[in-house]
Amino acid sequence: MASMETATLEIDATGLHYRQLNTQLREAVNRDGIPSIAIHNVYGQRYLGTDLHQPVEIHIHGTPGNDLGSFMDGPRIVVHGNAQDGCGNTMNEGEVIIHGRAGDVTGHSMRGGKIWVRDDVGYRVGIHMKAYQDKRPIIIIGGTAQHFLGEYMAGGVLMVLGLSLRPGEHHTASYIGTGMHGGTMYIRGELADHQLGKGVGRVPLDEADEHLIADLVHRYAAHFDRDAAEILDGSFIKLVPLSLRPYGRLYAY
Amino acid sequence: MTFSMLTPEFRIERDQERCIACQVCVRQCANDIHDYEADEDWVYSDHSRCVGCHRCVTLCPTGALTVRENPLDFRRNANWTATRLRDIYKQAETGGILLSGMGSDQAHPIYFDHLLLNASQVTNPSIDPLREPMELRTYIGRKPDRLEVSRGPGGLRLETQMAPQLVLETPIMFSAMSYGSISYNACLSLARAAQRSGIMYNTGEGGLHRDLYEYGSYTIAQVASGRFGVHSEYLETAAALEIKIGQGAKPGIGGHLPGEKVSADVSRTRMIPEGTDALSPAPHHDIYSIEDLSQLINALKEATDYKKPVGIKIAAVHNIAPIASGIARAGADYIAIDGLRGGTGAAPTIIRNNVGIPIELAIAAVDTRLRQEGIRNQVSLIAAGSIRNSGDVMKIVALGADAVYIGTSALVAMGCHLCQKCYTGKCNWGLATQDPYLTKRLNPEIGSRRLANLIRAWSLEIKEMLGGMGINAIESLRSNRDHLRGVGLNQGELDALGVKAAGMG
Repeated sequence: MASMETATLEIDATGLHYRQLNTQLREAVNRDGIPSIAIHNVYGQRYLGTDLHQPVEIHIHGTPGNDLGSFMDGPRIVVHGNAQDGCGNTMNEGEVIIHGRAGDVTGHSMRGGKIWVRDDVGYRVGIHMKAYQDKRPIIIIGGTAQHFLGEYMAGGVLMVLGLSLRPGEHHTASYIGTGMHGGTMYIRGELADHQLGKGVGRVPLDEADEHLIADLVHRYAAHFDRDAAEILDGSFIKLVPLSLRPYGRLYAY
Repeated sequence: MTFSMLTPEFRIERDQERCIACQVCVRQCANDIHDYEADEDWVYSDHSRCVGCHRCVTLCPTGALTVRENPLDFRRNANWTATRLRDIYKQAETGGILLSGMGSDQAHPIYFDHLLLNASQVTNPSIDPLREPMELRTYIGRKPDRLEVSRGPGGLRLETQMAPQLVLETPIMFSAMSYGSISYNACLSLARAAQRSGIMYNTGEGGLHRDLYEYGSYTIAQVASGRFGVHSEYLETAAALEIKIGQGAKPGIGGHLPGEKVSADVSRTRMIPEGTDALSPAPHHDIYSIEDLSQLINALKEATDYKKPVGIKIAAVHNIAPIASGIARAGADYIAIDGLRGGTGAAPTIIRNNVGIPIELAIAAVDTRLRQEGIRNQVSLIAAGSIRNSGDVMKIVALGADAVYIGTSALVAMGCHLCQKCYTGKCNWGLATQDPYLTKRLNPEIGSRRLANLIRAWSLEIKEMLGGMGINAIESLRSNRDHLRGVGLNQGELDALGVKAAGMG
């Protein structure tokens, strides 16, 4: 999906240390204002997409390393492969689209922007996501997630579609939303009560939820060439914190 | 109201011959202790809520007020002291964790008070700092293993690429205190005083208020587990970044800024909705190992193009030396270590008083270990945790620190009277509060002048002490433990500190 007006800068990352690769990205984006970059042969280079201050779309071919898009503030990154741990760490704005799976703590403390994961994710995904004014981070996971999904969640939207589950198979994550005190989770499929963290409750979907789910599913389907109607045919559970002050009565004043 | 077994901690004595019923005390007390009865033209005081902050005593124009500890003597008992009984009454009534503000008030050994400094006599000359240059400038950051220099037509040229350094005009900085835990005026006072003194202040984990961005060159910006207010502009603006792992007053635990303190302005700075609790998890959830720490250090370096030092703040705990070694090897530019007596806006009392080790022992252990491993040059060490005067600065530098952080001393300079009630948000001195009626009591111009005065005074004293030792640069005192002697310490303590007993040569 590279821009048609401008030539895409092609970078071969073979043998490059992340520092060299990131320096090339900084020069291309911050200095030369190149709006479209494709990086080939990426083998675990970390921190791609950080410290870039111009609008840019980066296609990563291979496997980017940990902390992809950490502290990121605007770029759009498309990963043709899997992402490792810490993708979108403390991200403020921008978009990461992963044609594959993502590792642990995806979206850690994310404040804005969107992360789309085609397949499954690891542990503690969406931990301490937060929202503020017009900032509302969104993580959409096509497959399923491991334990402690949305732990300490303080804002934003976390959606799990369960498309990798076989018929009759259920999500296995436990401690979902432990310490959650803000934000919303939408889980497609079934969850037993024991899988939920203390202080998290199910509430019925309202019209606004239905709209948001439909909108996000359509965009997910467009990114990854899936059938939106088929996904929307499933049932969604909405999870919210039961208290915005989970630790309000802990202390003697 | 239910029956309470808690008796007042303080007693207010009003000299009615002096009291002119001007009601200054009534207006000054956020705990609503003083009350004016118009019919009688008389001011009454309710002792029960007095916290002993001395605001009314200090501002009473006729000196009519005295605050004493309540002379209610419990039956004498060396084990079950009045404080322990009161704590149990309070917990039996509330079922909650006891909170405290400021550093531990317990009588743990204070090693500073058992260490004495040296001076020159006859066999080596002392230096008069008033007439001879005395160097206090301190560079915080990673130093190279060796320097490569080339000789060219213009003379010698440094070939070694130096890691980024913080330049301090004196080895003292203001410790991390967040906007939220302290008032905007207190933050502004610290920022201006840092600028005036050529040192650094530290944002704490509450983000950086927009209006304080202009002091960025004097700002260390913290990145803590809650990541409040952390975004690329925040990282870009600061002179250095500090990953907060722990704090001396509450090692190993996180923090909760209650929603009541998250005002509109605090909300903007922390980038969280107004009135919500700000929860800082106990660990960083992307740091479960030294390797993970290294990853976050490098993430911050990548996010700021390797232009700023990245330090780590930890609490002084039992295995501090190998922990610090790991942090140095993880790529930190400095390690700030906060000792047992370090301050806080709010900590569980039981943790504040019982967890951690004193800063003197921690710095000595870490400095020794890093030297043994040959990596002392790779990190600077910053000591925190109750540095009370310039003598403490000298002693901790001689034990191995590069510089110190002061928090409590800075608050005291701005008016704090150590009532330890920061967590109530009712600080009558306008420091640990967000109540606009209280915060305006601190004039930032006066606050910053008092802070800058403190830094100047300590720096002058340090120069005097250095001169007396015959040393003309603070560099030469660093880890120079031959200039320390211990009194009243056992051999184990002397060995841990790496100093000789006084009188032993």
